[in-house]
Amino acid sequence: MISLTVNGKTVQLSATPDTPLLWALRDELGYTGTKFGCGIAACGSCVVHVDGKPARACVTKIESVAGKQVTTIEAMDSNRIGQALQAAWIRNDVPQCGYCQSGQIMSAAALLARNPRPSDTDIDESMRRNLCRCGTYNQIRAAIKDAAATLSA
Amino acid sequence: MSTNAFTTRRDFLKGSAATTGALVIGFTLPVSSRFARAAAAATSGAGFAPNAFLRIAPDGQVTVICGLSEMGQGVHMGIASLVAEELDADWKSVKLEQAPVDMAYNNPLFGMQATGGSTAIRGHYEPMRKAGAAAREMLVAAAAGKWGVDAAACRTQDGRVMGPDGKSAGYGELVAAASKLPVPQNPSLKDPKDFRILGKGLTRIDTPAKVNGSAGFGIDVKLPGLLTAVMAHAPVPGAKVVSVDDAAAKAIPSVRLVVRIPQGVAVLADGYWPALKGRDALVVKWDDGALGSLSSAGISKLLTDATTKPGAVARNEGDVSVAVAKTIEAVYEAPYLAHACMEPMNCTAWVRAGEAEVWAPTQGPGPHQGIVAQLTGLPPEKVQVHTTYLGGGFGRRFAPDFITASTLLSKAAGVPVKLVYTREDDMRAWFYRPASVARFTAGLDAAGNPVSFTARVASPALSIAAGFATELPKGIDEAAVEGIADMLYAFPNLRVEYARAEPGIPPWFWRSVGHSQNVFFIEAFIDEVAAAAGRDPVEFRRSLLARQPRLRGVLDLAAQKAGWGSPLPQGVHRGVAITNCFGSFVAQVAEVSMDATGKPRVHRVVAAVDCGRTVNPDVIHRQVEGAIVYGLSAALHGKITFRNGRVEQSNFNDYPMLRMEEMPKVDVHIVPSTEAPGGIGEPGLPPATPAVINAIFAATGKRVRTLPI
Repeated sequence: MISLTVNGKTVQLSATPDTPLLWALRDELGYTGTKFGCGIAACGSCVVHVDGKPARACVTKIESVAGKQVTTIEAMDSNRIGQALQAAWIRNDVPQCGYCQSGQIMSAAALLARNPRPSDTDIDESMRRNLCRCGTYNQIRAAIKDAAATLSA
Repeated sequence: MSTNAFTTRRDFLKGSAATTGALVIGFTLPVSSRFARAAAAATSGAGFAPNAFLRIAPDGQVTVICGLSEMGQGVHMGIASLVAEELDADWKSVKLEQAPVDMAYNNPLFGMQATGGSTAIRGHYEPMRKAGAAAREMLVAAAAGKWGVDAAACRTQDGRVMGPDGKSAGYGELVAAASKLPVPQNPSLKDPKDFRILGKGLTRIDTPAKVNGSAGFGIDVKLPGLLTAVMAHAPVPGAKVVSVDDAAAKAIPSVRLVVRIPQGVAVLADGYWPALKGRDALVVKWDDGALGSLSSAGISKLLTDATTKPGAVARNEGDVSVAVAKTIEAVYEAPYLAHACMEPMNCTAWVRAGEAEVWAPTQGPGPHQGIVAQLTGLPPEKVQVHTTYLGGGFGRRFAPDFITASTLLSKAAGVPVKLVYTREDDMRAWFYRPASVARFTAGLDAAGNPVSFTARVASPALSIAAGFATELPKGIDEAAVEGIADMLYAFPNLRVEYARAEPGIPPWFWRSVGHSQNVFFIEAFIDEVAAAAGRDPVEFRRSLLARQPRLRGVLDLAAQKAGWGSPLPQGVHRGVAITNCFGSFVAQVAEVSMDATGKPRVHRVVAAVDCGRTVNPDVIHRQVEGAIVYGLSAALHGKITFRNGRVEQSNFNDYPMLRMEEMPKVDVHIVPSTEAPGGIGEPGLPPATPAVINAIFAATGKRVRTLPI
């Protein structure tokens, strides 16, 4: 059994140690907000935070996160940056299909945590590995700036 | 406001005598229920349900019931807005519920319950307004009766009826009385000048659930005893399994079953990861069949050769053999393209004794119900289809492959089965936008005026592949020539031919369908003709559109908003392209520069759109912008190629799409209009590619005639 903390709760996982965190979250723990897009860390739909840093859950084996703190989209309404981003996402009406947006918000939260006022170049650099097939990139950019502004207000 | 995509309303179809049309050729798509009870919605609990599209609870909660699939295009918002506008609902009390399959929810433009073809608003603009208006009239009549006043003395606002002398009642208080009244068949509709919701820009009804992980997509479905299936899919269309060694797969903990179905060999396990490991441990020997040596070079040759021989005549005006002073010729080619929806194809099926349920991100719950019925031998009314949110659709989720396979797997296993395609499975599962080649000839007179135009298009027949037709009327596949055969440019002598060519790869509907390649072809070629005539690309197009005010209107607006003809920064060049499709008109001007390696950089796209009356301008902006991104991804990066019958691409690493840092600024300008609504999910796509290509010509003098650039 591998033990870790997910959204503040300690959990024991019965999945094999090579199981990607994505599938442990989704299939064993029921946190389905974290999405499967590619399985090879190429799209960003599965971004979660491990000890506060963004990680691609589809290529993160659970044995590598034993004892660590994992945060998913389901807990983003319980921290200041997450709240600001979710509110900005709603104000800017960002999502279309919405499938990639959990990962987008998780990547954006990691960006704002280390860079409270990101430039366009900073946003490009942090968000370029999060794909959106609906084409919401300009709205994502606007919402990140909007959230940054509310956080520094 | 919330949407519960998992609402189960088992009783909905009770009593609705439902049968299905016969089918069974290839992917023939049967219609769903032949009979429907519009008022069946009333079966769902207490409240007032004058028709199948809304329900008002005694507490005033308004539930709009939508049979269309929400795949990002904003259809839930659109349908809810149409009903709420005429109902004069309090928008804050409106929630949306996904409908089950019932003929009441058939798309009027399709005759079946399906979402696509940019039909949602076109098909439902009046019916949904009438649904809301009928309910409003009944609520007013109920209030007037209660107060003993004339209904004409009452008005409605924000979910309340207001009468004389300060009388007022919330809709919820009136539901019992309203339910006893006859449903007006022709309720009067608002004058558009009185709209409070339509044409405004309210936040989408599905947004809150999509920012906190709670929106339910197909891949998120959970059921007791559910097994997850990952399948070894046929590597080549038509390939057959020769042998399977599943010993290693079955040795993996949590792997429960290995099931063979005609589509492949599936490993069923407790969760995706063991199912994937099991699938990867299978040793499957395939007989590739007839297409085992198919290559992209061969496909290209087949299509190109087809354009050298006469085809079926799609349009013929005047005489294209008329003498000309100057001839311009060009051959264009477009590759196969995958949809690459962010949510990989998946479906959960549960086939039980005497009934079946599927939970699917589907664009065609109606026809898919019929398919499940056929596969299980059940009558359609014993098959429930729960349409979840769709993580992208773009046409792909109208295809039945994931429905069929999951149904067969559940039938064989006797338990609920969620079939999930890996990204590689999804990328390699065919149903692609077909490859196509177009050969053009245009003739100019001595003064440079356009005299003749000939196009011959070679492409597979989508209508046959989709089962919509078994033979082509007059030899023409509409999708193969749309955008060219119906172009609005006035050439005195004009001929368009279709040369059917079938490489054997299953083609499918891809956002904007035939226009996606044909508008690239024709708008790039028209630019060539303009250059040969020594004319400005905008002025030349205008001169051929004298009798097309709406198309010329968007061209003028885009040119004006882009500052066509005004100076640009050093190295930045403009290109223009236009389209009329799905009942709308779009023009785009792209601003492009070339980097040191010769790659284009798209800085800005200015779009002008005439889609008639608007429901939600914000949604229109986003759909046009999203369509531009989808088009640019294809133009800059997209191709599916074949070697030995196998797809060479696998995932987002080798089938890239536009990323944040490549995203241009997009300005969308909507033409104010009182025309009937046009479609909006697709029309923004076709001009993006040729506008960029024409800008590349302006920058380099080189014509791009094959994609990706």
